[in-house]
Amino acid sequence: MIKRIKKELVIVGGGPAGMSAAVAAYERGLRDILILERDNALGGILRQCIHNGFGLHRFGEELTGPEYAHRYIEKVLEYKIPYMLETMVTGIDKNRILTAQNCKEGIFEIEAGAIILAMGCRERPKGALNIAGTRPSGVYTAGTAQKYVNMKGYMPGKRVVILGSGDIGLIMARRMTLEGAKVECVCELMPYSGGLARNIEQCLNDFDIPLFLSHTVIEIHGKERVTGVTIAKVDENRRPIMDTARFIECDTLLLSCGLIPENELTRSAGITIDRVTNGAVVDGSRETDVKGIFACGNVLHVHDLVDYVSEEAEICACGAVDFIRGQAKGEADINIRTDGKVRYTVPRKLTEIKDTTLYFRVSDIFRDVRLTVKSADRVILSKKKQKLAPGEMETVTISADVIREIKNGEITVSLEA
Amino acid sequence: MKERNLTCIVCPKGCQIKVLFDGEGKIKEVLGYTCKRGEEYAITECTHPRRTVTTTMKTESGIVAVKTYGTVPKEDVFKVMDEINRTRITRDVKIGDVLIEDVAGTGVKVVATSEVQ
Repeated sequence: MIKRIKKELVIVGGGPAGMSAAVAAYERGLRDILILERDNALGGILRQCIHNGFGLHRFGEELTGPEYAHRYIEKVLEYKIPYMLETMVTGIDKNRILTAQNCKEGIFEIEAGAIILAMGCRERPKGALNIAGTRPSGVYTAGTAQKYVNMKGYMPGKRVVILGSGDIGLIMARRMTLEGAKVECVCELMPYSGGLARNIEQCLNDFDIPLFLSHTVIEIHGKERVTGVTIAKVDENRRPIMDTARFIECDTLLLSCGLIPENELTRSAGITIDRVTNGAVVDGSRETDVKGIFACGNVLHVHDLVDYVSEEAEICACGAVDFIRGQAKGEADINIRTDGKVRYTVPRKLTEIKDTTLYFRVSDIFRDVRLTVKSADRVILSKKKQKLAPGEMETVTISADVIREIKNGEITVSLEA
Repeated sequence: MKERNLTCIVCPKGCQIKVLFDGEGKIKEVLGYTCKRGEEYAITECTHPRRTVTTTMKTESGIVAVKTYGTVPKEDVFKVMDEINRTRITRDVKIGDVLIEDVAGTGVKVVATSEVQ
């Protein structure tokens, strides 16, 4: 017989989203909380993000990743919120029964009043990129290299090419340079960088590291170890232009080619996944379409700033606490559509008539456009935006009054000239 | 008139700032910043640029994440890295502990930002 325990709120993942949710739930009076974390410490990915720039919104000061995590770890300890480390959740069903295991307890089940999914995301690996060539050592995802350098004290290589200009790739370009490596270049498939402008400045320009936009790695060379890569410019359809191909000698290739929300457990519970975000479809309280299961942080959609993860986790925790206390919602049932230029919104649904902030991303760089919300072809909200970029998450707040005006249970969020 | 375009690194907004200089190369006007810190950054960047350094330090039982407590002159960044990499910590470390009082003659402290990993 598998041991089964009962908990009011179970949070899967002890990173910034999970901890923020736990602290917020506690502060709303909930006590029967359990955080399940597969690593040997709380903190999640922030533990290896030793650079500064975290917490400006939240704490009004610039913190490093471990310091930001520490603020929440201290709260978890102060409130004595229970957590289990080195504990892997292997399944969740739609009746909110979790199956988990660790060395001490073996396999066990938890019957949860509500569940918050906060499992974060993982990096897109080499296998998903279809790069031709040999399979030598020396190819790492940027986050793996970051863990080696910042937590283990190992240098993955000396001459580095980085594919992908997302923030982790940019941060690692600087980090490898500071530790004595030569970063030859950063190649970006798209005609714009996916990273923050300030990271291009302080991580690449400070060290004269070239950023080649509309470029990709078309071949990896080397038998035992990487000896170099062939890079080429790409055309507007992102196909390599072969006569621009050139060889760059290096011993290491770092991949910073996108993050994928880690939703295996979400799927096991039968929750609907949004095909754009690869995270669950949620309403304003971050509840999924399986009752009592909520999601927040990078498992829901990939964020650029941890400050917004904490904010989202708090919204999510409030929703979960309300659910546990049996507070009804659902005076509204509105689907949110997007025009493609706006790639997605979180939430995707509105179920409550109250001021709601939509978080969204766009598909390209847009200047001087109007972000428009329409209901039955009537504009109900229009906001001027000077510049929108795919790498930067944006927000727009819809007031309760505007939500009341919505007809036919549907709105469309779009960009207009 | 001479001008210089900067990307502000103070916060994730990354404002585009333009600095205008007079004939003698002195700053005449700063445009495009959206906060006080951005204006200060632009002036510092055009006179004596400074950076915060974050890295790790070796201890007897593992490594610990550290940062310079405040910024150091940009041209001293590698000197700062060198001193941090040569220093070994032989005691227990808590977050916020000062590990180097004055790194590479910059007058800036180096403090721990994590526990020992």
